[in-house]
Amino acid sequence: MSQTDLEIIVDDPTAPEDGSPSVVSSGTIEIFVCLLLLALAATLGYDNWRTGASWDSTGPEPGYFPFYLSVILGGGSLYGLIAAFVAHRAASESFVTRAQARRVMAVFVPTLLFCLVMQFLGLYVASFLLIAGFMRLVGKIALWKSLLTAFLFTAIMFVTFDIAFDVIMPKGPLEAAFGY
Amino acid sequence: MEAFGLLLHGFAVLLTWKTLVLMMFGLVLGIFVGVLPGLGGPNGVAILLPLTFTMDPTSAIVMLSCIYWGALFGGAITSILFNIPGEAWSVATTFDGYPMAQQGRAAEALTAAFTSSFIGSLVAVLLITFLAPMISSFALKFGPPEFFAVYLLTFCSFVGLGREAKHKTVISMSLGLLLAGVGMDTVSGNLRMTFGSAELLRGINFLVAVIGLFGISEILLTMEERLALRGHAASISLRVVLSVWKDLPKYWVTLLRSSFIGCWLGITPGGAIAASFMGYNLAKRFAKDPESFGKGRIEGVFAPETAAHASGTSALLPMLALGIPGSGTAAILLGGLMVWGLNPGPLLFVEHKDFVWGLIASMYLGNVVGLVLVLTTVPIFASILRVPFAAVAPMIVVSCAIGAFAIQNAMFDIWLMLGFGVVGYVFKKIGIPLAPFTLALVLGNRAEDAFRLSMIGVGGNLKVFWSNGLVGSITTLAIVLLFWPVIDRLLRCVGWPRQAKPAV
Repeated sequence: MSQTDLEIIVDDPTAPEDGSPSVVSSGTIEIFVCLLLLALAATLGYDNWRTGASWDSTGPEPGYFPFYLSVILGGGSLYGLIAAFVAHRAASESFVTRAQARRVMAVFVPTLLFCLVMQFLGLYVASFLLIAGFMRLVGKIALWKSLLTAFLFTAIMFVTFDIAFDVIMPKGPLEAAFGY
Repeated sequence: MEAFGLLLHGFAVLLTWKTLVLMMFGLVLGIFVGVLPGLGGPNGVAILLPLTFTMDPTSAIVMLSCIYWGALFGGAITSILFNIPGEAWSVATTFDGYPMAQQGRAAEALTAAFTSSFIGSLVAVLLITFLAPMISSFALKFGPPEFFAVYLLTFCSFVGLGREAKHKTVISMSLGLLLAGVGMDTVSGNLRMTFGSAELLRGINFLVAVIGLFGISEILLTMEERLALRGHAASISLRVVLSVWKDLPKYWVTLLRSSFIGCWLGITPGGAIAASFMGYNLAKRFAKDPESFGKGRIEGVFAPETAAHASGTSALLPMLALGIPGSGTAAILLGGLMVWGLNPGPLLFVEHKDFVWGLIASMYLGNVVGLVLVLTTVPIFASILRVPFAAVAPMIVVSCAIGAFAIQNAMFDIWLMLGFGVVGYVFKKIGIPLAPFTLALVLGNRAEDAFRLSMIGVGGNLKVFWSNGLVGSITTLAIVLLFWPVIDRLLRCVGWPRQAKPAV
């Protein structure tokens, strides 16, 4: 058995400050989501009704089952909308504060860019850029550590997926230059 | 005795160098997944599923299930040492585990957690060994109405027994079922809900949805919070382990009760979260000095861990025997079976004995090896938390993208994953549960096929679901569970004793 003592202290210098103002309340988001789901239910319900939501000589038509599910989704969303309106007056809990939103965007925007860049440069180059960029710009980690970590991780992924397990990933011009 | 013989056959299938190496690999990966913030069992299994596409199904399922066992063990490390529950079912473990660590008894708490995880899983695996073949041979008599009734029972029990607002569970489930129907209709060949998009012809793969819902959304949620850790000293010595094991017989009632609760809530889709809280609450209720709970009592670690792991493991029973997963991770494993060309359900026991019994044998061996591994390597795994989250987060994003792309080699799936990530983040924050969504997405097509096949023979008469005692009982039970909150309220009005509610 291990005899090593363990004491880990990790501080977070970029932690969101306490008392940051709320951007939007949970109640507002609930109303927005219910409205979106209601619109989705109506759209899908219409599409399934158009495809055929009744019976023919061979049995239920293709839209039969999903049509009634659209009705259930619509009903649930409508109930949720009313419930959110009623609760909205009573309490307005914060959905996200400004500091939290900034941190969430600090992950979401690079992820979005990563997906975009992947289409032109392939998965491995995009991964390298995401990891190195994120570690350096968001984590404020030393440049050499960021570049080395990104390179090693990307290389391990390439060897594991493309070479060892034969799972083909999207490639870009760099891989093409090396004959992959 | 037949089950015992088949189990030995399973061990014979399992005991090859290749499978054992994959088992170790899976366990180590699983513990990593359990310890790392922003990753969890279902997500880890979903991301790593593509690695198994080129393997034979037995090796693949052994590796994936070992990732699952590893993740279950790993979750306890962060709960006890850092008061950070890696998974929702680890919350109850923090109540007494963290105070024990604060009192300098971290090693004792960790040993108790790992041991009770092992006991809970072992009881559930024994149940699977002896019950699964019986259920599957019984289920061979099922026709489409019986299967649809069982699916209905699963969906209704989620709505009726779930702790979330009922309409939110209904929204989550109906959305999942609807999205499962996108693409080409398997019966008529017609296109449904594709809106002219060629990408949607393939349908929405549930693994892509799971990776987005559980992986990307978890990164967003984890990033939102303060990522400061302050861990306690842990030194697991053989002396501590033996002293905890020596005291185990004293807690046999707690262990047995929690195992029973876990198995029950795993088979019915109550889930590990409910099991862990119920296990903890009942241990507290039946204790002579309930006020000592929450202050560092070892039973407060034994009870939730045993129940959660019994539940997590027994969720595989309905998946193997009926093709109906009892948990999110079981749903992903079921998706894996379909990817490898196996048809989950009762026929699996007849057509793929090697596979089923190899898997069951791996549950025994994986748990034993996992227990030894975590007991000997806690400091190494816990030190993963020293790695800054700014390095971990993009690596998880890349792993998610690789997992999502590899399933169908489609760039569109990467965008879909990102979309589901945002949906998961918003849903989690406003309390719409994700487990019913995942389950519905997995089972949607099968449930619809069973429904349509049931209805064709009888011209659409819903009475088919009460056409014999078996299907009638299951359908009636489903309706009772759906309206359980109302029935429960009515029963209480007439003096029925109030049901225990979880503490959180």
